Amino acid sequence: MADKLHFSLVSPERELFSGPVDQVDAPGSEGDFGVLAGHAPFMTALKEGPLRVHNDGTITTYEVRGGFADVTPDGLTILAEHAVEAV
Amino acid sequence: MASVKEMRNRIAAVKSTQKITKAMQMVAAAKLRRAQNAAQDSRPYAQRMASVIANLAAGVSGDGAPKLLVGTGSDQRHLVVVATSDRGLAGGFNSSIVRAARLRIDQLLADGKDVKIITAGRKARDQLRRGHASRLVESYEVGGNPSLAVAEEVSAKVQAMFEAGEVDVVTLFFSEFKSVVTQTPTARQLIPAEVAAGGATIDLKGAAYEYEPDEATILADLLPRNITTQIFSAMLENQAGFFAAQMTAMDNATRNAGDMIASLTLQMNRARQAQITKELIEIISGAEAI
Repeated sequence: MADKLHFSLVSPERELFSGPVDQVDAPGSEGDFGVLAGHAPFMTALKEGPLRVHNDGTITTYEVRGGFADVTPDGLTILAEHAVEAV
Repeated sequence: MASVKEMRNRIAAVKSTQKITKAMQMVAAAKLRRAQNAAQDSRPYAQRMASVIANLAAGVSGDGAPKLLVGTGSDQRHLVVVATSDRGLAGGFNSSIVRAARLRIDQLLADGKDVKIITAGRKARDQLRRGHASRLVESYEVGGNPSLAVAEEVSAKVQAMFEAGEVDVVTLFFSEFKSVVTQTPTARQLIPAEVAAGGATIDLKGAAYEYEPDEATILADLLPRNITTQIFSAMLENQAGFFAAQMTAMDNATRNAGDMIASLTLQMNRARQAQITKELIEIISGAEAI
C-alpha cells in the first residue's frame, strides 16, 4: 500500500477528523477533485457538496458547505464553514 | 442588640443565599468544562485560517490587494466591537472588558478620531450605554451558547459598515481565556486584517502552490470568513472565561456566606446566653427579696 495522506477536516466548532487516509474526494469550486498522498501544493475554495474520505476500503461521507481545501506536503486540510457527517 | 429571633431569621437568610451561590458555582464549574472544550476545539480552525491568510497575504500586494487586508489608507473612523457575556454575577469579568474598551475609546476620542460601537453581549450594551449611547450603532445578544449564527450576524454588520465606507479600522474587544484563574481583556484588530508575521509559513519543498480559481479570489472569499471566525472564537473564549470567573466569584461568595453564618451564630449564642443569665438573675433576686 502506498503512503497515507494526512487529512484533517475542521469546522469553526471543532475538528471533525484528523488522521491518515488513502484518498479524499472534495467538491472544489472549479470542479471536484481527488487528493492522494504526495499531491502537489494546491489551494481551492469549496462549493457545497459531499466530501468522500477513502480509507482501508471504506468510504466516509461528509456534507460540507463553504470553505477551503489546502494541500501541502504535510497533508490536506479542509476548513469548512459547515460540515456534518452524512448518514 | 437584635433579638434572638431576628438573628435566627438572618442566619436562615444567609444560609439560603449560600445554597444559591454554591449551586451557581457548581453549575458554572460543569459548564466551564464544556465551554473550555468548545474554545479549544475552535482553535485549530482559527490557527489554520491565520496561517493560510498569512501565506496568501505574502503573495498579494499593491493596488490589487483587498481593502479588508490593507485597510482604506485612513484611520480616522474607528469601529469598536465589544464582546462580553449576557449575564453578570461573574466578578469583574465583564467590567474589565468594558474598561479596556472604554480606555481605548476615550483615547481615540482624545486624538480626535470618530468612534462607533457595536456590542455583542447584553452587559457590554448596558455598561457602554452610559456615556457612549450616541456612538452605539447596534447591539447583539450572545444567548446561552455562542452560536456561529450570531457571529455571522455581527460579522455581516461590521463588513456592511466597512463596505459602505463608514469605518476605516475595526477593533474587537473580548476576554482571552488563559486559564481558569486568568482571563485577560484583549483587543484584536479585525480590519485591516492582522497578519501573523513570519510564523507559520509552510515548507513547500520546492513546489509551487497552485490556486483555484486564483489567489485574489480566494483571499477575497477568505477574509470575510476570517472576521466571522475571529468574532466566533472571541465569543467562545468569552464564554469559557465567563464561567471560570463566575465559578471563582461564586466560590468566594459561598465562603463569605460561611464566615457570616459563623459570626452571626456566635452573636446569636451570646445574645441567648445573656438573656438566660438575665432571667436567672431576675428569678434569684426575686427569691431573695421574699
